[in-house]
Amino acid sequence: MSATPTTEPDAGRDRGRMALEAFSRSWLFVFLLLLLAFFWLSTPSGTFLTSANLSQIALSTSEVVLLAIGETFVIVTAGIDLSIGGILFFAAVCGGKVMLELSGTNAQVTAGVYPHATRAVLLGIVVALAAGTFWGAINGALITRMRLPPFIVTLGTYGMTFGFGDLLSGGTYLGAPVPTSFSHNFGQGKGLGIYYPIWLALVVLIVAHVFFRYARFGRYTSAIGSNDEASRRAGIAVDRHIVKVYTLAGFLAGMAGVLDLAIYTNTTSVSHLTDNLNAISAVVLGGTSLFGGVGTVLLSAVGAFIPTVLTNGLVIKNVQPFWQEVAVGATIIFAVYLDQLRRRRGGEGR
Amino acid sequence: MPDNGVILEVEDVQKRFGRVEALRDADFELRNGEVHAIVGDNGAGKSTLIKIISGVYQADAGELRLDGEPIVLHNPREARQLGIETVYQDLALADDLDAAANLFLGREEYLPPPLGSLGFLDRKAMRQRAEEEMRRLKIGISSVDQRVVELSGGQRQAVAVARAIAWGRRIVIMDEPTAALGVRESAMVLELIKEVRNQGLAIIMVSHNLPEVFAVADRITVLRIGRTITTMATKDTSLEAVVGMMTGAVEAALRAEGS
Repeated sequence: MSATPTTEPDAGRDRGRMALEAFSRSWLFVFLLLLLAFFWLSTPSGTFLTSANLSQIALSTSEVVLLAIGETFVIVTAGIDLSIGGILFFAAVCGGKVMLELSGTNAQVTAGVYPHATRAVLLGIVVALAAGTFWGAINGALITRMRLPPFIVTLGTYGMTFGFGDLLSGGTYLGAPVPTSFSHNFGQGKGLGIYYPIWLALVVLIVAHVFFRYARFGRYTSAIGSNDEASRRAGIAVDRHIVKVYTLAGFLAGMAGVLDLAIYTNTTSVSHLTDNLNAISAVVLGGTSLFGGVGTVLLSAVGAFIPTVLTNGLVIKNVQPFWQEVAVGATIIFAVYLDQLRRRRGGEGR
Repeated sequence: MPDNGVILEVEDVQKRFGRVEALRDADFELRNGEVHAIVGDNGAGKSTLIKIISGVYQADAGELRLDGEPIVLHNPREARQLGIETVYQDLALADDLDAAANLFLGREEYLPPPLGSLGFLDRKAMRQRAEEEMRRLKIGISSVDQRVVELSGGQRQAVAVARAIAWGRRIVIMDEPTAALGVRESAMVLELIKEVRNQGLAIIMVSHNLPEVFAVADRITVLRIGRTITTMATKDTSLEAVVGMMTGAVEAALRAEGS
């Protein structure tokens, strides 16, 4: 990345632009650090800044990280996916239902006995991933085939996924927790001192980052978000790529649904209503432009920590955690304003 | 110098859009190593003609021949495969990508397997090739890593032209290549066009700017209301004569004289 001035020198403006660039790149880290420092100083010692609590924060961020990765690709195409929270919930319900059906009889399961746990869990995972992928593909197909704006399509599927999910689950928690072994061995299990879901999110993050930066998939994603007509003329199968991107976001939402079951052994729509807000804020805070074309997968993952740190800190401080939603909402607006400012300064003559 | 044989012939081409007859009887002939300008008033059919040559539109009647062989182009991709590249008026670049990425957009080079099979790009090779291309065409951009959005209008046009030339093995079509540019930048692009011709490609240039046409074109074809009026060598005509043909004044005069 170079910020070499190309037009005739206008030193003052260039310095201003560089300062703005630097600020918009680093303010996320500063903000996160300030947030951590604030909670550290304002809570009784030994509550917030402990390794147990920080692990807990990371664990509860793992789902948002997966959502934010998919959302980054979508937003870089200059699209938006408002449905991933709903897809997560729908996938978790489908997967959870399958796990409960197959792991034992009704009586056994409610008594906490799961004779066929392994088989049931594996099949449940497959079903959850398939359900997520399915809704992602539906989003992509509706957007490209029917030429509908992504905002409307995914708002529609947001409603549908929550609706179908609640129909399947009866609108409350599943009848029983999914096999507890799933949680013991995976969701709440640790390898090298770190929860497995965090490992999973990390691996997916790195793979996604590498493909975004160094492979055709990422380059086409940026090219389409930058100028879809130019991409089409250059011979890129734009519609097919867009379908792939939304399908990927759906698949990752399905994976987040699997994590939901693994970590909490149950799921309910109410706990996922703000997932979209959190995922989109993570992406935007990470510096990915809502106008498309530019973004960073890694920074989206950093951005994903803001909502969880806020919730966690506020709960420890005994403040109503609903302030988190207020704060996150306000931060999104601020972040997008910064992005717009940067675009206006940087891309004159567009 | 390459041979100056005929590379492309367009004969009796017609094209209508609903009730509008965009081309009634267009003829056009392009030779190797020439800059051939197509001029005409608004609605003369210039754009339609070049879009037929670049595969965007399909002619209703008439024939296209490349190297004497009749060809049918169903889409721009087929035209590109035959070595016909187009620089569009509205700069078909992805602004957020760098110059090298734009040069290779849709034609990326990949690392050797197994990584390349997963779609991993050979960025070093593409970068090198982009630098070579920029040097060959004497395009002054400080780095091919620069995002296109950070370049000036002339430099962006140069990148778009460079892409067409890098891949156009036979014909490069330029639709109003200087329309959006300032004086100095226009001069730069015109130099580029001459450079390309000297390397042996055939160039079709559509322009409203007659002084520019006279500065670079070897031959000029005048279209009027969907018909080819004439094709002539630039050195055998004058700006006034061409304007007369574009507007129909000369035609009317000739008709009055002839009858």
